[in-house]
Amino acid sequence: MAIPTAYYLILSFVLFLIGTTGVLLRRNALIVLMGIELQLNGGNLALLAFARQLGDQKGHVFAFLVIALAAAEAAVGLAILVGLFRSRESVNLDDATMMKR
Amino acid sequence: MNFNLGLIPLLPFLGATVLMLFGRKWTRDTVFVVAALAIGAACFVALDAFFLALPDAGPDGLKDVVMTWIATGDLHIDLAFRMDALSGVMCLVITFIGFLIHVFAAGYMADDPDYARFFAYLNLFCGAMLVLVLGDSLPVLFIGWEGVGLCSYLLIGFWYSSTANADAGKKAFITNRIGDFGFLLGMFLLFQYTGSLSVPEISSAATAGGPLMHTLWLGQPVAFWAALFLFVGAAGKSAQIPLYVWLPDAMAGPTPVSALIHAATMVTAGVYMIARMHAVYLLAPGAMAIVAVVGALTAAFAAIIGFAQNDFKKVLAYSTVSQLGFMFAGVGTANFDAGIFHLVTHAFFKAGLFLCAGSVMHAMSGSGDIRIMGGLRKKLPITHGVFWVCWLAICGIPIFSGFFSKDAIIAGAFSTEIFGHDLEWVGKVVGVLLMLAALGTAFYMSRLYFLVFSGDETRADDKIKHHIHESPPIMTFPLVVLAAGAALVGLIGLPAGLWHHPEQNLLYHQLEPVLKAELEIPHNTEILFMVLSTILAVVGIVLAAVFYRGGYKEPARAFGAQFPGFLRLVQDKFRVDELYDAVLIRPIKSFARGLFTFVDRIIVDKILVEGTGVLVDVFARLARTVQGGDGQRYMAVFAVGVALLVHFATQPTLPFTKLKVTQTGRSVEVDARRGKTPSTRDLEYLFDFGDGRPLVKGKGAEQRHDYDRPGSYTIRVTVKDLAWGTEDGFKEKVEVQ
Repeated sequence: MAIPTAYYLILSFVLFLIGTTGVLLRRNALIVLMGIELQLNGGNLALLAFARQLGDQKGHVFAFLVIALAAAEAAVGLAILVGLFRSRESVNLDDATMMKR
Repeated sequence: MNFNLGLIPLLPFLGATVLMLFGRKWTRDTVFVVAALAIGAACFVALDAFFLALPDAGPDGLKDVVMTWIATGDLHIDLAFRMDALSGVMCLVITFIGFLIHVFAAGYMADDPDYARFFAYLNLFCGAMLVLVLGDSLPVLFIGWEGVGLCSYLLIGFWYSSTANADAGKKAFITNRIGDFGFLLGMFLLFQYTGSLSVPEISSAATAGGPLMHTLWLGQPVAFWAALFLFVGAAGKSAQIPLYVWLPDAMAGPTPVSALIHAATMVTAGVYMIARMHAVYLLAPGAMAIVAVVGALTAAFAAIIGFAQNDFKKVLAYSTVSQLGFMFAGVGTANFDAGIFHLVTHAFFKAGLFLCAGSVMHAMSGSGDIRIMGGLRKKLPITHGVFWVCWLAICGIPIFSGFFSKDAIIAGAFSTEIFGHDLEWVGKVVGVLLMLAALGTAFYMSRLYFLVFSGDETRADDKIKHHIHESPPIMTFPLVVLAAGAALVGLIGLPAGLWHHPEQNLLYHQLEPVLKAELEIPHNTEILFMVLSTILAVVGIVLAAVFYRGGYKEPARAFGAQFPGFLRLVQDKFRVDELYDAVLIRPIKSFARGLFTFVDRIIVDKILVEGTGVLVDVFARLARTVQGGDGQRYMAVFAVGVALLVHFATQPTLPFTKLKVTQTGRSVEVDARRGKTPSTRDLEYLFDFGDGRPLVKGKGAEQRHDYDRPGSYTIRVTVKDLAWGTEDGFKEKVEVQ
């Protein structure tokens, strides 16, 4: 018997929530990037779940797009992170801000 | 008949413009030639118009419509000029005396650094004055009226580096503004009731009576109020009680200005205007009485102040106020031609007197204090001769011009019948006041003459004495011409009653078609008042000779010692300026200061301006905390916002509180449809009617139910969204009978 769509959605939601928590609460830029990956994957899982339920391939296509986007984002994000580390000797986000508090 | 009348004011305006633009770089001679040429040419055109074109022109005179000025609705005003005998006479006086004074000023102002500016203003003034007298409608007249006021201000404050001069200019301007306000009100009233602002049209409307005789306020007709308001304007411009205070201060200007503007021309504008509007005044004897009484009071009052002034020009200034009072008494007793006659003779002798004052002050190194003068007869022979003639003219010695004009006014005041039965006393009172004023005039003018010219010794110090010299020919030439005028101009208005031949009186003969109000003075009255005025003049002169001939004599000192308080009061000009200061100026100033501190400082500055700033600052502080620069906080807010949005957007039902229940007997209909449009969602409704019967379940939002027995029931409806599984419940109470 097939696993109900709702289970996938719950897993997707949990993944997204964990990712969001990481993005919002952690100060380490590396962890934040990882959080973003988790959010994207949560989204991907929901897309695939619906696609499977509806028997529609568009969701799969969209998920591939998101994976490509995630790869690009990781590349650029990590590059920025390296640059940040070079200039600040730190990957703490609080150290990266230049605005007045 | 058409005549290019616009040329007359245009020429001086042109002169003024050219001088203002280029005069600064020109030599003094060029400036003078341009200025004198402008006014001289205007004089020539005026002479041409008056003597060649006007006699053939018919009763309406010459007219020149330059252009349409204002055309809106019923209001149509042309920039038009009209010359009839009245404005023609004024034109000749203005251009002729104006020309002489230009010549005099060339000598008097020879050393002034602002030579070109002076002549530019002088030309500008002449142009404005000519617009005033030639204007065919009240608004055009008003352009000139304001123009001369402006020039008066500019020329009084000509030496603006001294605060006193600038203040005198402001005083003149502001006092005139008060009068102008009255003038405007009068103009508005006339327009409202006659529908026109053109002088001939108003005159014909007034002759017809009609709307101008409607009762307006206090039981008085429109004509009375219009005349009174116009007179307020005239009193401001012509320095009558209570607005005379600016004229003596106006002597701060250069002496040629005092002669031209504050003696011969501008200050007579009020008299001219009343003569111009005589048709309206004739409708309102009450207003005429006010004009006459104010004029006579001013004549007497100013003459008394003239007794104790020690400045040459101040004496002449009060004399001017007094003589203007004579003119107003003349026009106020419907003796318009006499008023204009006195205006003309006064223009000559008073211009002469003022230019003599200029010549004397020129000789006295600029000082005008008559206490240090004396004995100037031999040192300034020409000036003395001119002054002598003008002095006799203003005192009213027979043959000299002032005699005829002043006598015409006094005799007219006693013979006038304009006031009717109720106000009959007005003519007599005015006449008596004028005779007293004539006596006073003879006295203060003789005092001036004796103190300045008689005796052997000049009371000044050696330094000034050393410099005393007769003025150059360019100054004495106009003096001599004016003296000739002062002596002979009276001949144009020989009293008609004397010869029983009205046409002997050239001026009246000319003015008669315009002014129409011919005043018949009986032969005997004429003779009686001629004798009386002569006696008064002689008494005044003799009295002054006793007091002041050859310096301050014992009787003068004794008189002063006898009444020191009164003398001080007169010397202080009855402290009218101080009274105005206390009653009007200071309250207005403190009111203005109060407004400034309350409205400006507190409401505008503190509340509006600073308050806005504070408000913006407070909001900025609040808004700044939101934008803290922490990206994660932004994202957190964003996430919460999205969560809330999703939460509300996906609610299965719209909030509403009441079911729609329609009751017919024991039957009720319940409608649980929410909103105006039916929901597209997949909803299931559960109805519980509260009477113990089975619940009704279905997709329909409406349900009908019949109760078996009366009572109070609670209807509960539960709505379930089948797709989301959410629920919402509502209840409503019904009473079933």
